[in-house]
Amino acid sequence: MPKVTFIEHNGTAHTVEAANGESLMRAAVDNNVPGIDGDCGGECACATCHVYVEADWWEKVGGRTETEETMLSFAAATKDNSRLCCQIMMSDALDGIVVHTPDGQH
Amino acid sequence: MNHISMDAVRAAEARAWSTPLADLAPADPQLFKDNAQWAYFERLRKEDPIHFTRDSEFGPYWSITNYKDIMAVDTNHKVFSSLSTLGGISIRDQRADFPLPMFIAMDPPIHDAQRKVVSPIVAPGNLAILEQTIRERAQTILDALPRGETFDWVDRVSIELTTQMLATLFDFPFHDRRKLTRWSDVATTIAGPGGLVETEEQRQAELRECAGYFMQLWNQRVNAPPTTDLISMLAHGESTRNMTPQEFLGNLILLIVGGNDTTRNSLTGGLYAFSKFPEQYQKLRANPELLDSAIPEIIRWQTPLAHMRRTAVSDIEIGGKHIKAGDKVIMWYVSGNRDEEVIESPNALIVDRARPRQHLSFGFGVHRCVGNRLAEMQLRIVWEEILKRDLDIEVLEEPERVMSTFIKGYISMPVRIRN
Repeated sequence: MPKVTFIEHNGTAHTVEAANGESLMRAAVDNNVPGIDGDCGGECACATCHVYVEADWWEKVGGRTETEETMLSFAAATKDNSRLCCQIMMSDALDGIVVHTPDGQH
Repeated sequence: MNHISMDAVRAAEARAWSTPLADLAPADPQLFKDNAQWAYFERLRKEDPIHFTRDSEFGPYWSITNYKDIMAVDTNHKVFSSLSTLGGISIRDQRADFPLPMFIAMDPPIHDAQRKVVSPIVAPGNLAILEQTIRERAQTILDALPRGETFDWVDRVSIELTTQMLATLFDFPFHDRRKLTRWSDVATTIAGPGGLVETEEQRQAELRECAGYFMQLWNQRVNAPPTTDLISMLAHGESTRNMTPQEFLGNLILLIVGGNDTTRNSLTGGLYAFSKFPEQYQKLRANPELLDSAIPEIIRWQTPLAHMRRTAVSDIEIGGKHIKAGDKVIMWYVSGNRDEEVIESPNALIVDRARPRQHLSFGFGVHRCVGNRLAEMQLRIVWEEILKRDLDIEVLEEPERVMSTFIKGYISMPVRIRN
């Protein structure tokens, strides 16, 4: 199964599996990755799964929708490489993706 | 009193199932006062989850009662408007003669701009700074509680703590802090004989006093360098510094009610819930790390705001029902949070529930509660301090509840600390 690595603000890395078509948020929540809550269950409606996508992967994850832009605009500590990871679906092309979680997101 | 309230619940339950469906009207403040609304929503979720009530003291309205439909409405702000001039965000239309514009009752893009001014105060960095102050205040309040004698948990703990917190956020004169409680209560009350305020004129007069008090604080802060309190943020914020006095008052009321009533009632609701599910409290007592899931579970179980209202601005079909532009649409969070299709054993408080964070109490979408992390932090700190002291708190009577379909809360709850 493809893998995704979440790196916490303090540097701790968590590599977990995610099935193709499954969101990175779901993979994080199902594996108790700290810092990803996913309160809305993947509806792009709470902004509690905010991550920073590493540069090598930025082009591959695709663009943000208008809804995601809006929800992200209310999140704390956003950067140019911010995404809501419930909107990033795993695929073979994303196998090995690395994302970082913001400080203090829960 | 216990007795009467149980009778009221049973009578309401019978009515909920015997009333012709077309006449079922869940938005009845007395039902909420009696905690007797549950059967109405149980029936609606089963038989008519998107339900139209033709006539009520609030006019005609749609009731959205299950979790998924509420999510669909809450995340569709283009069709379902929060605009105050269309009626705003609660079932009772905002008064046209005393408008209180606030960002919760605006639509994008103005909503977005004003919200962004306020959100930094409840961002993680600022919460970390506030945590120690909140903890010290919680410790002081808990240590001062009487032992072995009856007292009102709502007044001594829930109100006191949330009010102190608000005073901290606003950098509000500490000795006057109970004014905040009063203004919060007055803002959401309905004037009437024997009520909190007797007349609408009195209500508006008190809110003008609130505006005047805060205007003084605004004037002090606008002429001083920016600080991290909310008034200073509003006075210096690009999207808020030119607010009209009415807008200023509206946003203040929003922050006072938003930061006061909700946390207050979840603080009481948590203790009340543990009195109903004592084995859950014992589980938490043995495993305090379960607070991570117990806190969102308490917030779900309590649902401190029973509903949010929207107004449709275009026709839309949802769940086979045709909602028309101009219709009043009530998202009953209190019902969606007990939706057995999404939440297992929804009526039970379960401190180690699998996905406790998936609840509707904070809403979803652009209007999601801006202070949700602050609320959780306050509740977590209070319960951490209660657990540390191993207080054995006994709820002595059913609490007295608020007469409102919006604020799902408590007026008083007598308790005694046994140890």
